[in-house]
Amino acid sequence: MSVSDLRGRFEGLFERDITLVLAVLGVIYLAYILSGVVFGYGLRGQLNSVANLTFYIGVFGMLALALNLHWGYTGLFNIGIIGFMGIGVYVTALVSKPPVAEGGAAQVGGFGLPLFIGIPAGVLVAGLFGLLVALPALRLRADYLAIVTVAFSEIIRFTMMSRTFQTYTVPDTIDLWLFTVDPTADTVGLGGGGGLILNYTDPLEALLRGLFLWEPYLAFIAFVQRNFIPNNPKPVIDGVAYGIVLLVGVGLFYLLLTRTGQSPFGRVLKAIREDEDVANALGKDTDRFKLTAFVLGAALMGLGGILWYSGRGSVTPPSFRPNITFFVWIALIIGGAGSNTGSFLGGAIFAGVLYQGPRYFKNLVEAAFELGSAPRNFGEAMAGFASLDPMPFVLYTLDSISQLRLVIMGVVLIWLMHNRPEGLLGHRKETASTVDLARPGSAESSGKPSAADGGEER
Amino acid sequence: MSISETYVRYRQTLSEEPLAIGVILVALWMAWSLASGLATGGIEISSLASLVWDGLLRGLIIGLAGIGLSMTYSILNFANFAHGDYLTSGAFAGMATSYLIAGIGENSVGALLLVGAGGSVFGGALGIGVTTSPLAVVLGALIAGVATIALALLIDRFVYRPIRDESGIALLITSIGVAFALRYLIQFVFGAGVRGTTAAGSVPRVNVPAIDGTFRVTAHDISLVVVAAGLMLGVHLLLQRTKLGKAMRAMSDNEDLARITGIPTEQVIRTTWIVGAGLTGVAGYMFILWKGTLGFNDGWLLLLLVFAAVILGGIGSIYGAIGGGIVIGLTASVSVIWIPSEFGRAAAFLVMIVILLFKPEGIFSGRTTA
Repeated sequence: MSVSDLRGRFEGLFERDITLVLAVLGVIYLAYILSGVVFGYGLRGQLNSVANLTFYIGVFGMLALALNLHWGYTGLFNIGIIGFMGIGVYVTALVSKPPVAEGGAAQVGGFGLPLFIGIPAGVLVAGLFGLLVALPALRLRADYLAIVTVAFSEIIRFTMMSRTFQTYTVPDTIDLWLFTVDPTADTVGLGGGGGLILNYTDPLEALLRGLFLWEPYLAFIAFVQRNFIPNNPKPVIDGVAYGIVLLVGVGLFYLLLTRTGQSPFGRVLKAIREDEDVANALGKDTDRFKLTAFVLGAALMGLGGILWYSGRGSVTPPSFRPNITFFVWIALIIGGAGSNTGSFLGGAIFAGVLYQGPRYFKNLVEAAFELGSAPRNFGEAMAGFASLDPMPFVLYTLDSISQLRLVIMGVVLIWLMHNRPEGLLGHRKETASTVDLARPGSAESSGKPSAADGGEER
Repeated sequence: MSISETYVRYRQTLSEEPLAIGVILVALWMAWSLASGLATGGIEISSLASLVWDGLLRGLIIGLAGIGLSMTYSILNFANFAHGDYLTSGAFAGMATSYLIAGIGENSVGALLLVGAGGSVFGGALGIGVTTSPLAVVLGALIAGVATIALALLIDRFVYRPIRDESGIALLITSIGVAFALRYLIQFVFGAGVRGTTAAGSVPRVNVPAIDGTFRVTAHDISLVVVAAGLMLGVHLLLQRTKLGKAMRAMSDNEDLARITGIPTEQVIRTTWIVGAGLTGVAGYMFILWKGTLGFNDGWLLLLLVFAAVILGGIGSIYGAIGGGIVIGLTASVSVIWIPSEFGRAAAFLVMIVILLFKPEGIFSGRTTA
């Protein structure tokens, strides 16, 4: 096969990926916009709904991509994702929150440094904690690693909630041998059960100011206000702009991870996933490779957490329960572990259909039919069946859609593991080898991974 | 082995395992601070006894729940993340029964069966307690076990059996799906509120004298000890005196070999689920009876401690699960002497992680019964 031939095939593949991604995104967005039409949303409502959808597609896409580095490439069963996300957000908050002001709502301050220091600090510390977990834990079997990582994420949450780290008074001057430091911070801490108020500059504003786009942005908002949305368009436009930032972030994640996967480093990771002993026997220091991959993935998860939570007004420890970890896992399994495009698609489908979809479905039904108020509990819902009236039950079901959403996720996960454990694009799982492993002349020479027993078809 | 050889070996271990030195130093510091606390009166013996008693009871629950997890872990070769929600299911089924028996006639059957969802009936008002309504409690515990067995068999038939030959990781991921579906179905039916289930004020209690004070023992503590010890003894006899134990050991060693030698593996798996789920359901009920409140998240919150116990004791060993459960329960309770109370569970997880690092086969390994 000539180089140009290969290149042509590669480009063809890329174009197919692009079409696939655009098609999936197009369908999801179209569904949301159409349901917006049913709800009778104006421009403002539509933009709001699209911004919200984009936000979740962005964050789940990023986290699924980061998890794909751990599980899809290296075979590390990490279910402590939310712990790394939490560390990222809390460190960013600690570094960037302004010191406690007189009469302000925030009880706990920070070091008041700008976000472009705070965010890298959060990513760095998430990576460091990745190292802390990985150093001892990577020797363990996959299921033990899973239990250790989920225990780690719970320990992080207990730490956030604890009174011990709630506040800490920074001394006015710190003597460091030759010179003294005079930190601006007075009271810092993790805020305990009440969480932290994120009273630093809004991340979007900080970004746009950094790019000298803040003035044009404000002018654009004024333009929208004059022509399209007369009252207070800023929050809506902010949402859309932040969504675009997240999508750019997903693109960067994708590029970084695809480059990593195709590099010699990435090939060793895949070899470790296939058979660690063989990789070891070939002279690769597999522990080192696993460590690097774990730290990189943990840092990316930290960044994902920062992008998810730092734009909100506050964070509280209950947001960091293990549920979100499992959401990201479901997203990855939908998309197919081992494929970056699949990971993003999985994130998008999860966000659009499983995470946000049920609520939209409920709103759609409520918009289409005149429904009374729902019964307060399951008993009242079932009471309707006594008089052959299913309506109370239907109403109760609709009303509890936010819990049933998790039941649906669980059932989807079981269904996927039964019927399509490789997900949407998992069959494209890249093999560790650089050359095509299929037998020459075989009908299916690409796309299908070779069997583990030396490539013989069974 | 001569003393000098042992000494050399230990020196080698220490130089190779810098973490081991850290663990030993921490242990020494803990012993010192406890001893000095007791000597100076900073820590009262009675409060220590109370913590130990609390830890022991927690440990019995964790151990009882751990037996089931350990059995399925070794026979089916996967970590069942839905185990905690089996515990919750048992607790709800059992409590619904107890409510029904204690409150029938005066309250609506629906409200009783839903364990007072939305504050329609209160366990305290029904007088649920081992002395105030013994029949309701005994039948509740029984139904808790039976319902959990039925649930586990149903889930096994439709979820785990079709993918029996898949890897442990695939089964683990599937069990996460089961856990989600089960937990939020329970929330859908029984509501999200945490309800009080027992007449806490009318549970008989005695103050047991310790050297410098007393600690409290309630009737529910005693019933928990009796039930846990009885069931553990029962499982021990079952696995020692019947062929089942032998078959299970054979299967956990090598399933193919077991099948070739004529062991009906599917039947053994079913029996494993029956024994394991029965214990888990009863453990869930006794846990709720003992702590007096019930919420849909309770089992999930206990699950990681159960995992810690099972790993500590060595997967597949029922004595390991019991011993590990007691160690984990004691750690979670007694550790508040040294560290802030918010970190009791964190300390238990840390013990698990340390064990995994130094002795991943568990501290009771080599003594597997099942």
